[in-house]
Amino acid sequence: MDQPLLVFNEKGIYCQQADVYIDAWKPVDKCIITHGHADHSRWGHKKYITHKNNVPIIKHRLGEIVVSGKEWNESFTINGVKFSLHPAGHIVASSQVRVEYKGEVWVFTGDFKTENDGIAEPFELVKCNTFITECTFGIPAFKWTPQEEVFSDINNWWAANRAERKTSVLFGYSLGKAQRLLKHLDPNIGKIYTHGAIENMTQVLRENYEFHQTTRVTRDTKKDELLGNIVLAPPSAHGGTWIRKMVPFVTASASGWMTFRGARRRRAIDRGFVLSDHADWDGLLTTVKETGAEKVIATHGYTEIFSRYLREEMGLDARTEKTQYEEEGSETSNKEENDISPGLSDPQQTKINEDEK
Amino acid sequence: MKDFAKLIKKLDSTNKTTEKVAALTAYFQMANDEDKLWTIAILSHRRPKRPVNTSLLRIWATEISGIPLWLFEESYHIVGDLAETIALILPSKEYSEETTKSLSQFILEIIELRTLPEEEKKNYLHENWLALNYFERFVFNKIITGSFRIGVSQKLMTRALSKATEIDEDILAYKLMGDWTPQKTTFKKLILEHNEEDYLSKPYPFYLAYAVEDNFQEDLGSITDWSFEHKWDGIRSQVIIRNNEVFVWSRGEELVTDKYPEFQKFLSVIPNGTVIDGEILPFGNGEIGNFNALQTRIGRKNLSKALLEKTPVILNAYDLLEWNGEDIRQLPFIERRKILDRLIQGINSLEIGVYLSETMSFNTWEEAAAERELSLEKRSEGLMLKRKDSPYLVGRKKGDWWKWKIDPFTIDAVLTYAMRGHGRRANLYTDYTFGLWHEGELVTFAKAYSGLTDAEFRQVDAWIKRNTLERFGPVRSVTPHHVFEIAFEGIAESSRHKSGVATRFPRILRWRKDKPIEEANTLDDLKALIPK
Repeated sequence: MDQPLLVFNEKGIYCQQADVYIDAWKPVDKCIITHGHADHSRWGHKKYITHKNNVPIIKHRLGEIVVSGKEWNESFTINGVKFSLHPAGHIVASSQVRVEYKGEVWVFTGDFKTENDGIAEPFELVKCNTFITECTFGIPAFKWTPQEEVFSDINNWWAANRAERKTSVLFGYSLGKAQRLLKHLDPNIGKIYTHGAIENMTQVLRENYEFHQTTRVTRDTKKDELLGNIVLAPPSAHGGTWIRKMVPFVTASASGWMTFRGARRRRAIDRGFVLSDHADWDGLLTTVKETGAEKVIATHGYTEIFSRYLREEMGLDARTEKTQYEEEGSETSNKEENDISPGLSDPQQTKINEDEK
Repeated sequence: MKDFAKLIKKLDSTNKTTEKVAALTAYFQMANDEDKLWTIAILSHRRPKRPVNTSLLRIWATEISGIPLWLFEESYHIVGDLAETIALILPSKEYSEETTKSLSQFILEIIELRTLPEEEKKNYLHENWLALNYFERFVFNKIITGSFRIGVSQKLMTRALSKATEIDEDILAYKLMGDWTPQKTTFKKLILEHNEEDYLSKPYPFYLAYAVEDNFQEDLGSITDWSFEHKWDGIRSQVIIRNNEVFVWSRGEELVTDKYPEFQKFLSVIPNGTVIDGEILPFGNGEIGNFNALQTRIGRKNLSKALLEKTPVILNAYDLLEWNGEDIRQLPFIERRKILDRLIQGINSLEIGVYLSETMSFNTWEEAAAERELSLEKRSEGLMLKRKDSPYLVGRKKGDWWKWKIDPFTIDAVLTYAMRGHGRRANLYTDYTFGLWHEGELVTFAKAYSGLTDAEFRQVDAWIKRNTLERFGPVRSVTPHHVFEIAFEGIAESSRHKSGVATRFPRILRWRKDKPIEEANTLDDLKALIPK
């Protein structure tokens, strides 16, 4: 084949044979979407194709769109190219995209993690010739501990704050991390409150997933009723006026970046829990190996370091491609900016935000 | 070690001073004396010498982890801290048994490690790395690499120690000064007992001034209550004359007597039992020189005769803390100055190298402001304001002393290179290099890494990641696009800098989003600022 099956152009990852994009960052006619985070599911495509459980999520974020929902492993063929979606384990309804043409198989991970988090459909290994992967945490400094340990720490932290009659404020993205936290918080400790952005998203997800009961923090929520309880909030709520009504409160953040002492201190957060929805170093390497791919393309994260390691230490044909997915993840993420948007539930408002990017 | 690591983890996981003090106090109340003493030593920057050089540490850590050295280096640049990087990349704990060794045991082993052959060093590290959990391992590495910055100032530590021992904070601050090590003393001797001999070379804690606030004139009351001096740019020091010996202490609590042999002359004219607070200044041809000249002397191990002749120094005396062997810090400032003035006026300044920092009084703030305007000409940094009846306090305290500096120099420069920050800013590009125009090119003139808000740093960081031209290890060159207003305190010609100019304390004043790069300043604009 002259032209590679998938190419990276100025609009996104493109399959010429099928005339389809995957996670395009500019408006295109037809786009397969891996998951609901804003940097992967952008506004303005004429037609969206995604997993069926992701449909309500992107509709919530993008408003009225033309979208077709697929099952896991359901293949659909466009001009001879066979596509299918496979769980990526990153967040609820996140997929890897498998693309096959004339016996050659490419897989794009979107974002993924290998650990089963108990809510996102667990990662499925898909064999391929060319593996296009994220590597947000692609250096050996990142090694996750099993989530049971982390959640036990989180629940202990909450219980200790409760004993001191303080409100626990726990930060996590409104889509994905917040629900993972919610799933594993121990409701026997106290009541679980949510920031509006998280509550809205969680309501959308309740259609397909089960969560503990939550209570939205509103203007009428009294400070006293929060004491000893936990509030789930997007990272952007930190330092704003919204959080002041929680005094006395203790803050914590749950993110892979909390591995670094500096990251927690930079954000002036009291406690950092290392909990990520991306694969860690070992997870990335194991996955690359097990896909059996001879070619690897790193799209976002520590791409240059990661692909050099694959070339020099694993003898793979690895390179990097420039994309507009959030490089190095958390600090300036659009995900957060979307969380700030007061009109999150208002599609028009979200559209405006997306346009600005 | 377990308890010490837990303490450090606690200190590290809160931003609240009260919680840090509480954690330290609790530790001081329960730890044994040896561990307490070593904790004090470590938190006051008295660490054992590094037993293994860092390149060996890196190599051994990568061997155990099975990663190539280049990958370690890349990871280190991202993490921003060597001890933390090593702790992170090592494989998880292998041994199930927990370490029972105390902090002081560990430290004594680390001290002894220095003398052991390389192979034994390696074995020791290997064994201990794998026996410790992540955070203990991090603390262990910190002790070895010797850079324990964890947001605990000596002041904070002293406060906790005061709570635990019920000894007054200022007295503790005094006891903790000077040239002690845990191997030469004990907790009892250093902290609890009073021992005359130990006090021979001891300096007093320095009193430091805050910068004046907006409209400070209204808050300071009558101007006649205040004494004014020029603020000199040198090395703040205490010179102690006791028992026919001279001791010179810098503000960083470093004994630097050897660096200033000229001060031995003081012995002939200044009586025993005298402590002078002042500024060490470069002084040639009868006038105060530039701080840069002094920098050539700092850091030199051996002071050659030629260097001493080329860059002579003097002590500019500000204050008198001890007289006739008595601590006179509680006397009012003007009383202390009267004694100091009498002492120094009786000395041939030119011959002995000790001068008096002239005090001034003004009747109006306009007069004071006019004097401040002369600062550049006089090569001072502005004015110092001292309340005439103030005692000499400990540390940085608001109220009695203020610095009223002249406005800094400023220039608009273009961002050309960026590097990841360290510690709190690891993983963000926050260390910037700036260039000025010269013959159509941007010539590097300064580096700066402070002055922007966290939000601005994040913005610039995101921009840098998208506009990188080339990578040189941790450094990235970026498309010239952004102009920043850079402020700095001093400026002098320099042959060591590519631009031919050295600036003091450059920092970012403002992000000039309104300016295109063509409107940034030129190197000639900068050179025009050098005082003639």
